[in-house]
Amino acid sequence: MNLHEYQAKDLFRSFNIPCSTGTTITKTHEIADAIKQLKGNKWIIKAQVHAGGRGKAGGVKLIESVDEAQEFTESLLGKNLVTYQTDKNGQQVNTILIEEVCNISSEFYLSMLVDRGSESIAIISSTEGGMEIEEVSRNTPEKIITTRINPAIGIMPYQVRKIFTTLGLEGKDLYRELQSMLVNMITMFKQNDLSLLEVNPLVLTKENNLLCLDGKVSVDSNALYRQKELEKKHDLTQEDEREIDAESFELNYVALDGNVGCMVNGAGLAMATMDLIKLHGGDPANFLDVGGGATVERVTKALEIILSDKNVKSILINIFGGIVRCDIIADGIIEALKKIQTDVKFVVRLEGNNAELGLKKLEDEDLDILVAKDLTKATKLAIESAAL
Amino acid sequence: MSILINKDTKVICQGFTGAQGTFHSTQAIEYGTRMVGGVTPGKGGTTHLDLPVFNSVEKAVNDTGANASVIYVPAPFCKDSIIEAADSGIELIVCITEGIAVMDMIEVKAALRYNNARMIGPNCPGIITPGECKIGIMPGDIHKKGSVGIVSRSGTLTYEAVNQSTIAGLGQSTCVGIGGDPIAGTSFIDTLDMFEKDSETKSIIMVGEIGGTAEEEAAEFIQNNVTKPVVAYIAGVSAPKGKRMGHAGAIITSGGGTAESKYNALEKAGVRTVKSIAELGEAIKSVY
Repeated sequence: MNLHEYQAKDLFRSFNIPCSTGTTITKTHEIADAIKQLKGNKWIIKAQVHAGGRGKAGGVKLIESVDEAQEFTESLLGKNLVTYQTDKNGQQVNTILIEEVCNISSEFYLSMLVDRGSESIAIISSTEGGMEIEEVSRNTPEKIITTRINPAIGIMPYQVRKIFTTLGLEGKDLYRELQSMLVNMITMFKQNDLSLLEVNPLVLTKENNLLCLDGKVSVDSNALYRQKELEKKHDLTQEDEREIDAESFELNYVALDGNVGCMVNGAGLAMATMDLIKLHGGDPANFLDVGGGATVERVTKALEIILSDKNVKSILINIFGGIVRCDIIADGIIEALKKIQTDVKFVVRLEGNNAELGLKKLEDEDLDILVAKDLTKATKLAIESAAL
Repeated sequence: MSILINKDTKVICQGFTGAQGTFHSTQAIEYGTRMVGGVTPGKGGTTHLDLPVFNSVEKAVNDTGANASVIYVPAPFCKDSIIEAADSGIELIVCITEGIAVMDMIEVKAALRYNNARMIGPNCPGIITPGECKIGIMPGDIHKKGSVGIVSRSGTLTYEAVNQSTIAGLGQSTCVGIGGDPIAGTSFIDTLDMFEKDSETKSIIMVGEIGGTAEEEAAEFIQNNVTKPVVAYIAGVSAPKGKRMGHAGAIITSGGGTAESKYNALEKAGVRTVKSIAELGEAIKSVY
């Protein structure tokens, strides 16, 4: 689950991590009052969406008057912002963050994430702040420093010294500032079950202070049961409506751009089914894991969600009956298909526990569907049906 | 021979009296697994499925001599259950539960360094040595005793691999589902190493997926240490970047984790790869 920049910065402040001062608005007419609360005669306006690349996409602007602010806010609020990280529709801007500007001396990159290899939290730091870190890692990997934090003892002073030196920082005061920032960030990371914390850029001001100008935070979805306050901050307008709908039925759905829908049991097999469609020249419309217990209700809901995507021309139902028997799954599919009115073609592949019986049940019903025991054959049938 | 478990493995179940524990323990007993009891704090002294229930793993180990435990307790309580099992002398801990917070797994792995216990999972189907011992939620009847060692990050894809190797007439020595989470108890490398040393295993099927670099590391290990033929499939070629594909670990991030990089590494290591999950059976037959 992602947080907005302004929410991330609220979290930073509650852990005494210094970041730029600002305020948020959701309506254009609030902008004048918002600016009055801030110092200076120039301000930064930033569109709040769950995506990077906002600057290049026109979602961030330095403004010098209330009129200019009003005009820019008007052009953003309620509109969708398309960046290199969003899909072609972009993401809706419902909140605007307006901040004071600071005098930047130098910019850095700083992030923390769960490092799978070392099974610990890792800190990634670089002198190349304000740039896309993917690009830095491709072109100048030596400029990225990874520091792994032992979960039993936390960050050690030698590690702080290494980051301090490689960022080119100097002086005792600044060292203490960096140390307290890193320690507080690790505490925040652990206490809030974060999976990612990224500050790009972290800046050194001309007044010789460290300041987080940006903030990106992701929370581990598996830990939301104990992070109720963070869960409340989840902005559903930033998610695909169908994905939210699916989630409320404990279905795992991810929308894609193709025309062959798929409904599968198991996440791995769902991915493998998408891959097969692609391999045989088709284009998958979605990822959907219907889970182990494919009941009538779940199958019906899953099919309704897939069909709400108007690009879908055929649906491949791929079930490997494990503990659950295929004939029971076939009953679920039959009931669901009777309820759903559509001219989209269905192809069903059943394998595993009682597959023959399940396929026979499907064939005996007067349903306009294609059945197959062979996965490759079923995939090809679904692609052909979508092309008709 | 087989790896990790056989007909002599004595298994207890943590979360024994719950719905999942009851259902899958019943299936395991029917399969012939030597289930010796279960643990549900507060229900010690009673019996369930004709087996003794204990308040603690320590008591269960003392009274039954159990050396393996399967965990079905809900995700928020798994950290405690896993560490309790390890501290009580259980040698093999199989955690089926899905949805454990990654911060809990970091602490679990740090704690396990002080024990001799091996953990499999979490978020996995479990482990089975066909005809001898089934620990987990996999359907027993698709398995057949044989020579293929299977290791996989995904449940249903393990079943595909099992079914196809059974149809190919080869059967399986042991199948290990290592799970779809970013931090897992047992890695591909651990399992490949055991298969290489196991006399019954003649060939290996490895099923990976996008996210992380475990497959790339496994490829390097295979190149240097595995002499038996390996067939591999990686799920997620068509997955877009930044979207989590069901499993917590199956996500392509800026740090890598693409199917392409995994296939490249495996092919370079001399592994026979297949791009279609439906071709695993034929491929494993051809390298046999």
